Amino acid sequence: MKNMTHLFILFLGTLIFAVPSVFAKYPNRPITYQVPFNPGGQTDVEARRQQPRLEKILGEKVMVQYKPGGGGSIGWTNLIKQRPNGYFMSGINIPHIILQPLARGNAGYETEQLKPVAFFQATPIGLAVMKNSKFKTLEDLVAYAKKNPGAITCGGSGTWSGHHIAYLQFQKAAGIKMTYIPFKGASPSVAAFLGRHVTTLWGNSNNLFQHREKIRVLAYGTEKPFAPMPNVPTFKSKGYNILASIDRGVAVPPRTPASVIKTLEKAFLSISRDPEVRRQMLADGFIPLEMDSQQAAAYIKSKVVEWAPVVKEFKK
Amino acid sequence: MFDSVFIGLEQVFQLQNLTFLFFGVFMGIIFGALPGLTATMGLALLVPFTFTMAPSTGLIMLAGIYVGAMYGDSIPAILINTPGTPAAIATTFDGFPLSQKGMAQHGLVAAAFSSSYGSLTANVVLALAAPPLAIASLMFGPPEYFWLAIFGLTIISTISSGSIFKDLLAGTLGLMLSTIGMAPIGGDVRLTFGFTDLQGGVALIVALIGFFCLPEILNSVIGQRKRTYTAVTVKPSFKVIREVIVDLFKQPVLMLRSSAIGTVIGFAPGAGGNIASMVSYNEAARWDKHPEEFGKGTIKGVAASEAANSAMAPGSLIPLLTLGIPGSPPAAVILGALMLHGLRPGAELFTTHADITFSFIMGLLVAAFLVTIIGSFGSFFFARIINIPSRFLAPGILFMTVLGSYAIRNSMLDVWIMFVFGIIGYISSKLKFHPAPIVLGLILGPFAEEGLVQSMLAGKASGSVVGYMVFRPISLVLISMCVLSALWPVFASWRAKKRQALVVEGGAND
Repeated sequence: MKNMTHLFILFLGTLIFAVPSVFAKYPNRPITYQVPFNPGGQTDVEARRQQPRLEKILGEKVMVQYKPGGGGSIGWTNLIKQRPNGYFMSGINIPHIILQPLARGNAGYETEQLKPVAFFQATPIGLAVMKNSKFKTLEDLVAYAKKNPGAITCGGSGTWSGHHIAYLQFQKAAGIKMTYIPFKGASPSVAAFLGRHVTTLWGNSNNLFQHREKIRVLAYGTEKPFAPMPNVPTFKSKGYNILASIDRGVAVPPRTPASVIKTLEKAFLSISRDPEVRRQMLADGFIPLEMDSQQAAAYIKSKVVEWAPVVKEFKK
Repeated sequence: MFDSVFIGLEQVFQLQNLTFLFFGVFMGIIFGALPGLTATMGLALLVPFTFTMAPSTGLIMLAGIYVGAMYGDSIPAILINTPGTPAAIATTFDGFPLSQKGMAQHGLVAAAFSSSYGSLTANVVLALAAPPLAIASLMFGPPEYFWLAIFGLTIISTISSGSIFKDLLAGTLGLMLSTIGMAPIGGDVRLTFGFTDLQGGVALIVALIGFFCLPEILNSVIGQRKRTYTAVTVKPSFKVIREVIVDLFKQPVLMLRSSAIGTVIGFAPGAGGNIASMVSYNEAARWDKHPEEFGKGTIKGVAASEAANSAMAPGSLIPLLTLGIPGSPPAAVILGALMLHGLRPGAELFTTHADITFSFIMGLLVAAFLVTIIGSFGSFFFARIINIPSRFLAPGILFMTVLGSYAIRNSMLDVWIMFVFGIIGYISSKLKFHPAPIVLGLILGPFAEEGLVQSMLAGKASGSVVGYMVFRPISLVLISMCVLSALWPVFASWRAKKRQALVVEGGAND
């Protein structure tokens, strides 16, 4: 009997605490931050950089959870199944979230189902050769490729990835033929490039920046010159209209209330503005971004329009 | 450089750092020992705690976790036939038979001691020769990975169940399972049967639990209702510890060879501990005077596997610290931690930041000693686990397998896959199939496929596929090793026959 009384008190107690929480201000309990890649990757590093700052701004615990597989698709498929209440968010990457549904047919999610909160980091993609290569400029490379179709090998990370699509766009724009060799991730492709198993590398700015002593970047896929390496030309300045980068942001499930997105957006953007965060990112070869939810959605749309025909053309 | 070594040691032996190192090793052992929790996850979970620490303290703790986990994964491998991480798969081959003979403590101590030995050897290499070896590591390209995978597949002939036909069949099943998910080249989605979650492929640890652990649980409960998990109970004693360590000291070639294999495969970026331990186990069985003892419970088998997979850990840090290229998944997490502390891999780490770098390396070194100490004393406790009556132990293990399968990717589908594999594993063990070739195929399949297709693409671009794949120094070595390994059984049986003939002849002369 005594037990029953205890249980009843416990039950009442639970009610008292539970009921108001429904109406309480967001957030009032821990938030899960999903990393759809393996621990140690750049998405993880960014989440870990943000984690303590997010906790400070939002006043709640933020828990990082890994859900790797399928180049991110398994995590994003998981994201759209979560309750849209703001307590589950996930890192998202362009171009992955656009190219996977386009190339695979059924990736488990659709690009439109991911509601972007903000984009906070851009990683420009560049084309590099080793320092002692006979290709001094992009023109040298193009001239050689025109004479020897398919002879130049390009390492890169994955198929239907940012590197792959930049390679396809460049080939088309320059009217040349090279050979793309996909690797499982950026690190193996960098290793294969430094070991001279491939002639050129489509690489992320941070990797190219890290190995700048040993390599020569022929061009970056940026609008303006890449700030940490201002002497490297852009594809645009060489007459090829190619903008290539990997952009990292965060998204919530479809139908998440606008007010919740607003709260999260504010938190992420204020972290992006943090001078210490900006300094760290630039020192590692990244470009800090401050793209809000609306800009992010428009940016994703513009990229879908840009890449859909490219995928359609090359997907046999 | 010696200054840095001493500064590093001084750092490690500060009370606070030593405490964190001990804590790291302890946590590492736990993460390694629980199937489904890996060194990678343990490191990732504890990295945030290093933010508030001095860089050297944080890195010393991470060193402890990495080294601890490389030993921890042998504990369930020996006791319940379940490798705690894929790197301990070869540890089960002899570890579990040891337990079944009532010699679990022998296995555990051998694992702890050889883990330390492998780790120490590789650490010395890391401290002395990291920069030149890092350059050598870059010589591993797609063709080398392909041949390494093929060489790995020849191991099937060593862990034979007696019928080469069954082993090849099992190996093929493993290779086919490895093709589930995204194609490494081309990005097509294969054999997912409409489950989008299968795009990530079959998780190795899920297959390991299914094929190795579940059949043993079923064996211990179905039909026979055995009272304990193994037929013989263990009586741990200090005498065992001394015996095992003395025995292993009498095997310097075995220990050195295993450590060397682990170090080399560790610094080749891309190949990991699971390949290291299997190649090392295979070579140990091949060159031993009593190859017939392997697979039936010998501490030499456990030592070969554990020395190699522990040597892999410092080995994988060689390209990481010098080039920023992680040689294994846990090394990738350590890279992330370094970056967040503002330490960038490269020559700088060995000059400007030499103090911190050597604190880390010395942390790895001292952690190796801690593993022997914790492992030896822990063996009294761990070994007794299998004396628990089956009716308690079997459900307990079953619970852990479900938890572990789920935890690896937070996926319920993985739990179902584990059960399906478990049932297949149980039936095939009744049909006298060994599960190892299946898992071997699953591990090596992606390496072989990726290496082959990449080599063919690059070879075609260079004008000659054969030229690109064969005529390279490491490739040639690996190809000759493949041929030798494939012909070895023929040679071994010829040698056995000749010996027999000699004995007969000798007998006739009497």
